[in-house]
Amino acid sequence: MSMKQKDLKDTLGDKIFYAIIEVFLVLVTLVILYPLYFVIIASISDPDAVLSGKVILYPVQITFSGYAKIMERQDVWRGYLNTIIYTALTVILSLVVTIPAGWALSRKTLLGRKTFMIYFIIPMFFGGGLIPFYNVMSSLRLNNTMWAVILPSILSVWNLFMTKAFFQSSINSSLIEAAKIDGAGQFRIFFSIVIPLSKAIIATMALYYGVGQWNSYFNAMIFLRDESMYPLQLVLKEILIATESTVGGSGETILEQYRLANQIKYISVIVSSLPILMLYPFVQKYFAQGIMIGSLKN
Amino acid sequence: MEATNRAPKESLLSRQKAFLRMTPESEKLRHLKENLPFMIMLFPAVLVVFLFSYLPIYGILIAFQDFVPGDKILSDTTIWVGFENFSRFFNDPQFWPLMKNTFLLCIYGFIIGFPLPIIMALMLNALKSRKMSKTLHTIFIAPHFISLVVLVGMLQLFFGRYGLVNNIAVSLGGERISYFLEASAFRPLYILSSNWQDFGWSSVIYIAALANVDHEQHEAAILDGATRFQRIIHVDLPAIMPMVSVMLIMSIGGLMGVGYEKALLMQTDGNLAVSELISTYVYKRGLTGVPDQAYATAIGSFNSLINLVLLIIANTMARKFSENSLW
Repeated sequence: MSMKQKDLKDTLGDKIFYAIIEVFLVLVTLVILYPLYFVIIASISDPDAVLSGKVILYPVQITFSGYAKIMERQDVWRGYLNTIIYTALTVILSLVVTIPAGWALSRKTLLGRKTFMIYFIIPMFFGGGLIPFYNVMSSLRLNNTMWAVILPSILSVWNLFMTKAFFQSSINSSLIEAAKIDGAGQFRIFFSIVIPLSKAIIATMALYYGVGQWNSYFNAMIFLRDESMYPLQLVLKEILIATESTVGGSGETILEQYRLANQIKYISVIVSSLPILMLYPFVQKYFAQGIMIGSLKN
Repeated sequence: MEATNRAPKESLLSRQKAFLRMTPESEKLRHLKENLPFMIMLFPAVLVVFLFSYLPIYGILIAFQDFVPGDKILSDTTIWVGFENFSRFFNDPQFWPLMKNTFLLCIYGFIIGFPLPIIMALMLNALKSRKMSKTLHTIFIAPHFISLVVLVGMLQLFFGRYGLVNNIAVSLGGERISYFLEASAFRPLYILSSNWQDFGWSSVIYIAALANVDHEQHEAAILDGATRFQRIIHVDLPAIMPMVSVMLIMSIGGLMGVGYEKALLMQTDGNLAVSELISTYVYKRGLTGVPDQAYATAIGSFNSLINLVLLIIANTMARKFSENSLW
């Protein structure tokens, strides 16, 4: 499109219009990036300089003492390890559940296809809510086990439908027909034809489920009692979400608390978000792709 | 479109096959045999949805009971109380504040959060350089991957009493404000941070739809002397309208459905008067303190019911006034 547009000269009005859009988008970019940038420079600046507002555009009195402190925190690293375990298991199980089901749903020859679709659609619009969900987990005896965090997250109906849409639009049906005529069974078709052609959707799903689990805290908060099982986000919640109301006291004591805690907070934001934010530029094409597949088929 | 392309091919194929195999019985058998693997492939998903979605729906029954945690949902000793838990909620002094807090947070969030991704998508799409628009979009999506805990932690760091915002305000001659203790700051902080985090992500589907706009339409409009702005209004916008109306229906369906996860993290004693939502109240009454599960379930299912009704109304309206609806 841009090639063709270049052939035509822009009017003055159009030039002004483009300039306005560009300036605006640059401002938006700053609004998005500055908070992230600030967290980074605050994490390596002297805590007093941050607290007194001297750190705004660049780090002041660079120090890595905070990073040294976080290295010593057992709870953070245990949380990290737990999160890695939970995330890995969630991704593996979710793929096992989502990909074959998405394939089956995408087949027109599936018996009762409409019934299955309705079965999966209903929970998108109506659910039992928090308390019945909690009670189901209790009666399945999943309370205070890591499965309480993992199992409810291994299927999202949205993701299932996205997978189905991918298979409908991206797998050439004549290929499948040909394999059938050659006498290949459904499992063989799935494993030796469909899976090798589905790297994009598998990667997308792995990332969706993985990021979801990496970032979640709520199920862990209501189901896990042993701190040794806490995922990173729950450990972070205790570090980051200090309630000013509970501190009480004079302004001075609040300030002192800030001095001690803030640097750790900036650093824990970085330490916990780094893996995903570093991964993101490399995998973002898959993320976008996933949504596009879903939206085009809707 | 795809279906119509494929249909003749497939029916031809199946006719060929029927001809080859001759008997309809063997076709039926083949069909069944082919479906067994599909059933096995579907089974885990069906099971997971049954356990974690359908069983909880069944669990709503306790909203009509005098239920003590540990009771069976149906047994000989079940005490049915009808709609008593619901009427208790309607008479709860918290009822109107909760409804108001939930509704206002959602409606303000909707007013800002619904058009913003559309406007951003139109702007990104209007950029001349594809590369620049892709790069910017990549940056705009990034905050989506920050967790809620980290997001709220960052909000506290920035808007806390000695945070960046206050430091700047003081250097400009303002006063320090503990934003997290101010009830009036809760909604702006909640909504602005949500939009900061998600407008880029929400715009992806519009950008995908815009990428499919036929350039001939643009060229024709240019020949007619349309400015870029006019082309946005008359070519780009109509092209994404079907998507916009579907998203509109979904948003209206979720208008009272704001979750507890972020609000719980942002709640302080100072802002509780506006930050207590139906969903956070359900959590507190049902799972903390002395849990009153039947009561909390009644409140929660009342909330789900409102959402369902809103969705149905929105969909009916969409069917009436346009050809785009969910069903």
